[in-house]
Amino acid sequence: MMDIPTMTTSDEKSVAPQADHAEVSKTFVQRVAQLRAWLFLAALIVTFEIWARLSFGGTFVLSAFNWQSVAVFAVAPLLIAIGQTYVIISGGIDLSTGFIMGLAAVVAAHVTNIAGLYFPAPVAMLIGIAFAVLAAGVPGVINGLLISRLKVPPFIGTLGMFGVARGTAFLLASGTTVPVSNSWLAALGNGRFFGVPYLVLVAAAFVLIMHYVLSQTRFGQHNYAIGANVQAARRAGIDIKKHILKLYVLSAMCAGLGGALYAARFTAGAAQAGEPLLLDSVAAVVIGGASLFGGSGSIIGTVAGALVIAVIQYGLVFLNVEPFWQFIAVGIVIIISVLIDQAQRRFSGGKQDE
Amino acid sequence: MNSQPLLEVRNLSRHFGAVKALENCSLLVRPGEVVALAGDNGAGKTTMIKTLSGVYPPSSGEILIEGRPVKFSSPQEARELGVETIYQDLALADNLTIGANIFLGREPMKKLFGFLPVLDRKRMADAAAETMARLDFHVKRLDAPVSNFSGGQRQAVAIGRAVYWNARILIMDEPTAALGVPEQRKVISLIKSLKAQGRGVIFISHNLQDIFAVSDRIVVLRRGIVAGERAISETTHDEVVKLMIGG
Repeated sequence: MMDIPTMTTSDEKSVAPQADHAEVSKTFVQRVAQLRAWLFLAALIVTFEIWARLSFGGTFVLSAFNWQSVAVFAVAPLLIAIGQTYVIISGGIDLSTGFIMGLAAVVAAHVTNIAGLYFPAPVAMLIGIAFAVLAAGVPGVINGLLISRLKVPPFIGTLGMFGVARGTAFLLASGTTVPVSNSWLAALGNGRFFGVPYLVLVAAAFVLIMHYVLSQTRFGQHNYAIGANVQAARRAGIDIKKHILKLYVLSAMCAGLGGALYAARFTAGAAQAGEPLLLDSVAAVVIGGASLFGGSGSIIGTVAGALVIAVIQYGLVFLNVEPFWQFIAVGIVIIISVLIDQAQRRFSGGKQDE
Repeated sequence: MNSQPLLEVRNLSRHFGAVKALENCSLLVRPGEVVALAGDNGAGKTTMIKTLSGVYPPSSGEILIEGRPVKFSSPQEARELGVETIYQDLALADNLTIGANIFLGREPMKKLFGFLPVLDRKRMADAAAETMARLDFHVKRLDAPVSNFSGGQRQAVAIGRAVYWNARILIMDEPTAALGVPEQRKVISLIKSLKAQGRGVIFISHNLQDIFAVSDRIVVLRRGIVAGERAISETTHDEVVKLMIGG
């Protein structure tokens, strides 16, 4: 765990010259705030390990099966949360992603089945995934246009799309789940490579790409600038409308990939696939160090946030705790996380003199 | 006073419907000259700078840069012609470094491993250090977000960005308004160094002390017209106040 914290300090610091690094005197509160997701994760793992040993003499941490399960558990909320990270850093929010994921899962199931009639299984699978991601892009484009051109507040615009995507998904699925029969898709959803589930490998590759885009490209840099000061970004010549449009398409497509992987894992598409994941994804982003006011956050932080939630959810099941405690535990972690963020704002310079 | 004016405004008018926000205003800025724009609230200062910075097109009249008539339809075009406006509310992204702010919207890229394009943060940091040194602001924490700096330092970053991109005319809207006294002095000395570099500065302020400390000339607006223009060496606070309130 020792090498991970350096990755969560904001991207500015990782590549900038290190010569006078000692002078970057961050307060204790700022350090805690930046690492909070990892601290939560460490605390949870220690707690669960002690708990497991005391209550039934087993181990939580040393079981590979547990970690596989936690990782698979984390994949879908993480994919949604990655898109959400971009949106939240820009100062927006995307409430529609849960049902866009459901829509994509249904589309993936239908299209894979239909394509399976004409193509071999691997090709049909790829066509199904591609259609799912593209279909997810449609509500993303509408979200983006509503917010960037028609100035609809993100909360309301995406709430409307939440309903539209939900209804469309249920209509497409005729109100039930749509089973898929495709051996390759089933293997993608449940197979392993040297013990690591394929789903986790896909998610890890996706995390790397999205981390690169956010931390190393102009698009990512502009995203942070827009979240901090939209006027400044506009005056600097950044095309805000275009950026916002791309952002919501990106968020929807992340959910689309999540939907396709859902169809792979359960060999079925269901409209309600992503229903509980929306709030989990926002929680992962916030626990991961982003501020809902915009301007801060990172993909690595969000990964930690998603792991915190997955560990709580899986760990409590593992320890035979009634499932309702999961909601309470996740809720408490969110509240503590936001309290730490507020404390950081108060103690770190800059804001208080305005 | 022999050199060609950097910026010349001839008989500029700007109407909003029936409201004449500016009527036949003329203004001249020479290289190395600081011109203060003064006036009460609603006198037309903001309209004047927004017209000069490309936000509003003029209703009539001419703007000339180094003798050539220009028309800008956006702040970007004004900036490309060397007119940079530094707004009171500090147009910085507080969460980014000085370098990232200087290069915001035109970030330099480099290739990692020969193929992967990444932001060239080293170049941004180097440019930031060099620019801030030119303004006599020695900031060591180039990897810290600008929110860690004081108001005066952030003002310097905004000015530094303009200087880096070679702005020849800087329009500064109340650059000292939000600052404490030592910081105000620092900004005043910044303006003096811009002047020494031969740039033209239009300086909007309510603070007559600052105006008298740094300007060569003062143009007083009142209800959309130029109420008077004086060389700073030949006028007094009282006279300027009279011009501002009329009578």
